[in-house]
Amino acid sequence: MNAVLQYAVQGLAAGSFYALAALGLAIIFGVLGVVNFAHGAFYMLGAVTAAVLLDTLDLTLWWSLLVVPVLMFAFGVVVERLLVQWLLRLDPLYNFLLTFGLTLVLVELVKQKYGVSGLPYKPPKLLSGRVDLAGVVLPRYQLFVFLFSVAICVLVWLVMTRTRVGMIVRASTEKPDLARALGINVGRWVTPVFGFGVALAGLAGVLAAPFRAITADMGNNFAIILFAVVVIGGLGSIVGAVVAGFMVGLVEAFGQAYAPTYAQILIFVLMALIILVRPAGLFGRKEATA
Amino acid sequence: MLEVAGLNAWYGEAQALHEVSVRVGEGEVVTLVGRNGAGKTTLVRCLIGLHRQVSGTVSFLGSDVTRTPAHRRARAGMGWVQDDRGIYASLSVEENLLLPPRVSDRAWTLKQVYEAFPLLADRRKAPGTTLSGGEQQMLAIARVLRTGARLLLMDEPSEGLAPVVVARIGAIIREIKATGVGVLLIEQNVKFAATVADRHYLLSQGHIVETLDNSDFQRREGELLKHLGI
Ligand SMILES: Nc1ncnc2c1ncn2[C@@H]1O[C@H](COP(=O)(O)OP(=O)(O)OP(=O)(O)O)[C@@H](O)[C@H]1O
Ligand SMILES: [Mg+2]
Repeated sequence: MNAVLQYAVQGLAAGSFYALAALGLAIIFGVLGVVNFAHGAFYMLGAVTAAVLLDTLDLTLWWSLLVVPVLMFAFGVVVERLLVQWLLRLDPLYNFLLTFGLTLVLVELVKQKYGVSGLPYKPPKLLSGRVDLAGVVLPRYQLFVFLFSVAICVLVWLVMTRTRVGMIVRASTEKPDLARALGINVGRWVTPVFGFGVALAGLAGVLAAPFRAITADMGNNFAIILFAVVVIGGLGSIVGAVVAGFMVGLVEAFGQAYAPTYAQILIFVLMALIILVRPAGLFGRKEATA
Repeated sequence: MLEVAGLNAWYGEAQALHEVSVRVGEGEVVTLVGRNGAGKTTLVRCLIGLHRQVSGTVSFLGSDVTRTPAHRRARAGMGWVQDDRGIYASLSVEENLLLPPRVSDRAWTLKQVYEAFPLLADRRKAPGTTLSGGEQQMLAIARVLRTGARLLLMDEPSEGLAPVVVARIGAIIREIKATGVGVLLIEQNVKFAATVADRHYLLSQGHIVETLDNSDFQRREGELLKHLGI
């Protein structure tokens, strides 16, 4: 029982990274129609930035949770203005080429600067060690990651469902032309939405920093699993992204515990099964046929 | 308020509209009739600014809007009621109403909308597409009225609806006409068109082939029905 709970918390913590990053990916895809293959690299940049801030400016995780998303938002805005905006009118093939190419560039740049050995990262004292919950001993940091990312997901969900900005994002996702014909300047939202999605990937990276080896390549495998998450949840569905993120984290943790050689394959088996039953993913909407 | 002159539209190499000239005045209801594929929907998409492969001029309230993006045309007072009604599934009924910004001081308040369409008030929290077809059409019309649009572009609002609902739409059109709003109404239902419109354009294969006032239109109803292949 204790072991099962341990794996569950580990899975939910790992799932938190997927959920946050997939949430950003889903919102970007919804409004821009761009599948951002550079999302894994943005996650990596978030972790690397946190490590560098700790090393050079002594900024702890608490600060990084605030500062890094802001920096990543700014970086996303620059990337959107310089590069991504040109994709919006082009064939989806260019979308893949550009964002995948960007990944290679970012990964190489980080390798040049920080090498391949991995940067150290210690979580703050408050989050280190274990906590004893009625006889069940769980790692404090993993619990924190899970609760923190659930809070962020709920916050994003409230913004999406309760505010005018959220309403505009939903409308632009579902029927962009109609939104424009109803007087919404959809184009104005493209840059901030991209920046916001990048910030979420960066935030996932910060949370992962004490938990994962911080290397230039840490986003590569992450990105592959992230796409399984997005397919399982349903491309463009924000609820789907979050649910599937935690689901995949759990599958991964239990897989690693009980069948380590198959852990990653399990995720893709799950993905294949879900596509068979629901081709649009768990929460995906079927494209309107008429 | 709307002046279209010599409008041509293309889909790639295929020309869908040829030298179309159409005028709608304040408080005037003008219909555009034509068979399936004549180019009616293409014309309204050109007018609202969603179809951009065009030449010719579209002017609205005295300014040339031919190159103006769609959202600015809407803000200038064009209201589009899309042929498939264009109701958002991911927005509640009330959010569907609140999405477009107000564009003039003749904009209806939510309260006015709910008084005129009580069924929308009852379902305000439900996702837009859970409404019936007729209710969705009412929602689409109510949505542009709430903005205070000065010209309505209505693409086959009566299509597939029960006669009582069509009659209700007719009544709404006459009501808004009385407030000085112009309406360009696309219709295949010739009988319905004759009950609401002042003038009619007949569109055939992308050409305006006739302009009729309502008395001519009614006199030649049989001939028109034949042309429309109904
Ligand atoms: N997206 C498109 N790409 C290419 N051709 C198109 C497209 N949309 C419409 N057309 C063509 O343009 C012509 C006019 O179509 P349009 O939809 O404007 O007709 P319509 O009068 O609205 O017909 P309906 O009564 O069926 O609604 C048709 O020949 C149609 O095949
Ligand atoms: Mg049509």
